[in-house]
Amino acid sequence: MCLAVPGELLEITDTNPITRRGKVSFGGIVKEINLAFVPEATVGDYVLVHIGFALSKIDEKEAKSIFSFIEDIGHLEELVEER
Amino acid sequence: MDDPFLKNLSCPISIEKYPNITLAHGGGGRMSDTLIRELFHSAFANEVILKHCDSAVVTLPRKNIAMTTDSYVVSPLFFPGGDIGKIAVHGTINDLAMSGARPLYISAAFILEEGFPIEKLWKIVLSMKQAADESEVQIIAGDTKVVDKGKCDGVFITTTGVGVIEHNLDISPKSIAVGDTILLSGDIGRHGIAIISAREELDMSSTIESDSAPLWAAVCEMLQAGINIHCLRDLTRGGLASALVEIAETSKLHFNVKEREIQVHEKVRGVSEFLGFDPLHIANEGRFIAIVAPKDSNKALEILRAYNAAANTIGHIDKKSPRRVTLETVVGTRRIVDMLSGEQLPRIC
Amino acid sequence: MKFVDEYRDATAARRISELIRAKTTKPWKIMEICGGQTHSIVRFGIGELLPQEITLVHGPGCPVCVTPIEVIDRALAIASLNNVIFCTFADMLRVPGTSGDLFSIKGRGGDIRFMYSPLEALAIAKANPDKEVVFFAVGFETTAPATAMTAFQAKTENLSNFSLLVSHVLVPPAIEAILCPKNSGIQGFLAAGHVCTVMGYAEYEPLAKKYGVPIVVTGFEPIDILSGIYLCVKQLEEGRAEVENQYSRSVKREGAREAQALVNQVFEPTMRKWRGIGGIDRSGLKFRPDYEKLDAEIRFNVSLIEREEDSLCISGSILQGFKKPFECPAFGTSCTPEHPLGATMVSSEGACSAYYKYRRDDRETAFAEA
Repeated sequence: MCLAVPGELLEITDTNPITRRGKVSFGGIVKEINLAFVPEATVGDYVLVHIGFALSKIDEKEAKSIFSFIEDIGHLEELVEER
Repeated sequence: MDDPFLKNLSCPISIEKYPNITLAHGGGGRMSDTLIRELFHSAFANEVILKHCDSAVVTLPRKNIAMTTDSYVVSPLFFPGGDIGKIAVHGTINDLAMSGARPLYISAAFILEEGFPIEKLWKIVLSMKQAADESEVQIIAGDTKVVDKGKCDGVFITTTGVGVIEHNLDISPKSIAVGDTILLSGDIGRHGIAIISAREELDMSSTIESDSAPLWAAVCEMLQAGINIHCLRDLTRGGLASALVEIAETSKLHFNVKEREIQVHEKVRGVSEFLGFDPLHIANEGRFIAIVAPKDSNKALEILRAYNAAANTIGHIDKKSPRRVTLETVVGTRRIVDMLSGEQLPRIC
Repeated sequence: MKFVDEYRDATAARRISELIRAKTTKPWKIMEICGGQTHSIVRFGIGELLPQEITLVHGPGCPVCVTPIEVIDRALAIASLNNVIFCTFADMLRVPGTSGDLFSIKGRGGDIRFMYSPLEALAIAKANPDKEVVFFAVGFETTAPATAMTAFQAKTENLSNFSLLVSHVLVPPAIEAILCPKNSGIQGFLAAGHVCTVMGYAEYEPLAKKYGVPIVVTGFEPIDILSGIYLCVKQLEEGRAEVENQYSRSVKREGAREAQALVNQVFEPTMRKWRGIGGIDRSGLKFRPDYEKLDAEIRFNVSLIEREEDSLCISGSILQGFKKPFECPAFGTSCTPEHPLGATMVSSEGACSAYYKYRRDDRETAFAEA
């Protein structure tokens, strides 16, 4: 359910808290997106967009953690197997 | 329109007098005649059409001809990278080219909506002229009808094309054999995305241009290089998926294609992800697949790449059954490719 | 595309696949709640990367699929009215009601428009003051903030010709409804990452505890889904039942506070019927009294329309994990995407449609084995 896609916030065009809007790029295609629910997002951030609304700011650190997690558990399992 | 010749042409019909199409332009009387002579004939000007006969009389240099017809309805009429006139001519040239036929002549029938601005019609007609000239094709016959306002969406165009066959190959699904290579002439989905993003309701900026292009030159070069072409198919509304499934089903063979080898422009991907589209189902107007004997595949790819750097080998015909298309996904698994059922609509929730 | 492509990496996928295989010693039945995940699973062939012991069950997380037939009939009744511009998401156009769908009303001259965002319907209402503009709002917690914002703006701007037909549903009560019958056999859940982006996951903690099931908040890309399955299997194998968050790049435990606040201001929980499942207490949203003026059900007096569902369609059993699409006698024969009997065949997120599109092989294999 709920197709939501990450895009890069290029510019904030409306700063009123309720109608807060900005330009978001999806692979180079730019669309105006409502930013009312992500007051913390600033230009350069990636936001997760669903039907014209940004729902969250993507956490870059957490985004990478999944890959180090794969590596870590991978190593762990190998260690366990070696024993 | 970059051609300086075309830029300098202005609409010959006095705009002040008739800025818009009226029902009288389709009435078959003086107004119709003026429209045909001053607008269509002055744009398409060639010996045959200027004879102003009921039918165009031409000489065909060979015995085997190819003939095709297609209707064009598109909204909006003008979109990034083209307009309805350009795709009407390219589409017909491409249908002929897909039989390996050299396109020679095109006829065009116009259904015009009452009130349609003549200036816009002139732009469309010039665009057709330019597209025809680029592929050395002549527009030699035509027809015009006008319908009440609201009965059509501005302009509908039907084009019929005639071409000649200059080779001895049987370019059709039945020539396809196990082991053949599947080549794709460029990246996919640009036309569909150009149309979607030009529609007001999606309100997108920084769009991508349609891939509308004539395909005969590339096909001609492959034929001249002696490539053993088994089948050609241009990608249209149903996208790459429909074209592949259609020929797999007709040829009764199993096609194996690799998602990784299919090029998709970043912007096309952006919109696809965003609207929940599968790029394999998005419309194209200037791309084709070529199925060739394996020994010719490198040479064919070299020719295609000269026209479009994104051309690629995307798979091969690996076995007889099941009669369908299997896709090796980017994550290394396999799934069936199917035709689109109906129209691809944005998926949002 | 950043945050998309890296999560479709074949090497990483293979790697997690091996980890899952190494971890799995028993058969496990895991449900992905969300239709978006079902779509990814079939589109990317995730099943091939899992050991045979693991069965994925496709849950009721497709808002199109669970919208009850009577709500569709109410939509059709409103959309057929002369003075109405009826707006909705494209996904809803082909969902069959008792007689026909929104497309067929469009074909008869109804003014039906599909849009990407409900805010576009507000613009249409402003541009057409002499028409009644109705937005048909379906969706889960992810979509509710957008609907709430639309209602909020309509109320603030005092738009008198705009209303909403609301059929929003909530995930946690549905999970509980699935867990209640003992025979569902679902042992672990992948919770929907985008629902949790809005709502957080604190609500799932008592569920995991009460029913002893692991719940892993999971994203939508292949690597996300595989990692979610890995974490779920790991819990199952270790005998734990906790809530874990695989989708931490987007989901925080507390969720999106601003969005929740607006949803609470506009809506309150209510009983909702789920297509194929039936009524679930406090599983839907309805307008609070302050917003009732915007309720299209009241404005067009359609709340009396009630319908029973077609018994041919087994989508209820599919959505609850009792059956797979190819176990339905109508699948691919009398029910196809061109002529759907139920919503699970209409929506591209619907389990039946996804199976029809990408996994007919499974059905053939299943038949061959039988």
